[in-house]
Amino acid sequence: MTFRPGLTGSIVVGGILAIGVVCVALAWKPSIEPVTPPQAASFDADRVARGAALAAVGDCAVCHTAKSGQPFAGGRPLSTPFGVIYATNITPDAETGIGAWSEEAFARSMREGVNRTGQYLYPAFPYPHFTHATDQDVEALYAFLMTRTPVSAKSPPNSIVFPLNIRRLVAGWNLLFLRTGEWRPDPSQSAEWNRGAYLVETIGHCGACHTPLNALGAEEGSRAFAGGEAEGWDAPALRATPPGPGPWSVETLTNYLRTGFAPGHGAAAGPMRGVTDELARAPVEDVRAIAVYIASLMSKSPSRTAPAGRAIAYDAVYEGACAGCHAPGSSLRQLGAPSLAASAVVNAPSPRDAIQTILRGIPWREGRAGPFMPGFADELSDQQVAHLVGYLRANFSHSPAWPDVEKEIRRAREQGGS
Amino acid sequence: MITLTVNGRKHEVDADPDTPLLYVLRDDLQLNGAKFGCGFGQCGACTVMVDGKAIFSCLTPIALLPARQIKTIEGLGTESAPGVVQRAFIDEQAAQCGYCIAGMVMRAQALLERDPSPSEDQIREAMMPNLCRCGTHMRILRAVQRAALAMKGAAL
Repeated sequence: MTFRPGLTGSIVVGGILAIGVVCVALAWKPSIEPVTPPQAASFDADRVARGAALAAVGDCAVCHTAKSGQPFAGGRPLSTPFGVIYATNITPDAETGIGAWSEEAFARSMREGVNRTGQYLYPAFPYPHFTHATDQDVEALYAFLMTRTPVSAKSPPNSIVFPLNIRRLVAGWNLLFLRTGEWRPDPSQSAEWNRGAYLVETIGHCGACHTPLNALGAEEGSRAFAGGEAEGWDAPALRATPPGPGPWSVETLTNYLRTGFAPGHGAAAGPMRGVTDELARAPVEDVRAIAVYIASLMSKSPSRTAPAGRAIAYDAVYEGACAGCHAPGSSLRQLGAPSLAASAVVNAPSPRDAIQTILRGIPWREGRAGPFMPGFADELSDQQVAHLVGYLRANFSHSPAWPDVEKEIRRAREQGGS
Repeated sequence: MITLTVNGRKHEVDADPDTPLLYVLRDDLQLNGAKFGCGFGQCGACTVMVDGKAIFSCLTPIALLPARQIKTIEGLGTESAPGVVQRAFIDEQAAQCGYCIAGMVMRAQALLERDPSPSEDQIREAMMPNLCRCGTHMRILRAVQRAALAMKGAAL
């Protein structure tokens, strides 16, 4: 057979073009006719209430509310490796929100990640999880959102790198990574476990942060809950080795998820803060079910114990800045401030969250009770942070010293607050 | 001995390196503007500036501070010649019992040095770490706004 480059070339180019045309054609999604925003009174109150509970479990408000902005009105930036995505307005404003979305359009966004006009949404919106929710739950969320106060607010344009700013490419991502279909219970498990598993895997979308992402930003299914990353913080592993040296019981987890604080473990910090704030509004039986499921993932093997009674080397910075709240016998210890030996971040595989906690602390949340820790970003130089992190690891953990502490400190400083 | 630079002056301080700056200011240097409130970094009465940033002096051991520039309210002005922010707090009568005010003034000073034209939301956010139990928050807010305007006027 004679090799004919011209013909082969044409076939290849033609093939690519054909595949391209097919992809673009497959990627085309119709616009769904706009509707007049439905009257709030047209929704069944029970359904709205169920939607409110689900919205709390899914912490919709966390991403869809800008700093000092109106709830659900969008505009909050989310930094991704591919650029900054701004959360959209999901209040029922007809122009800037989802007021003109029919229930069908809303369900399509939740199941397929496509907005009313047929535009692909980025998977920063966790539709790969929401797609498995029941019809009933999607309807309830629609009822809840459509009965919020409409707010006119346009989100800033995204700054996504080329070529990912071509939204239709998300169709290819969906082809590779989106698995649709309703979530199926495991009949060998209890009803409570199944309720928790459903909430965690669908509306709660816990894996979006706690599962590592591959190079294309999709969750690595084989490493579910092995620990991921969110906005410059490590989201700890929930499977096998649980965060921190102490065991997490269903009760501890339930309380932690509802209050953002677990005596003996520590406080929710960074992006987890908003999650626990929202779960505080969710039905306690749902939060407990989530705890039952998460606890079942965690290792049953005895945890590393905190080095009890171990002599702590003197350090002026620890004594002056940390010990007043964290040392045994300090008055804040009586009120629940954890021993650093029990701290999940001091015992974590990477220094990232210890650094973030030292720099940013655990901020006030206006109008809410909860744990607080001042940040030390302005008190400590990078070198002083590195010294303190090394000291804490050496004195309050059995784990080896962290490498790359200086690099992580620079990274955390560059990222700014969260 | 640890050398601290406070309001532009160097001081040799004979104190343990873990001593919080607040105690050194009040007990050794007789700079009594910064107050002890809670000792946990939760109230802001002890706020002073280090390298232009507002910090809680009750949680800042002096071991961290050689080679840093410390500024206290005594460094902003005097009774007869108050600084711009102090003047604005007086003009707005922002103090009731006054215990929190030195900390409030220092946090406001740090804010205005960083951002001379903060919005009301930005002022509220920046001032959030400092508590006032008397409830003069609205006057404090106006004082910071007044100080911002006065600083701008002075710069023109």
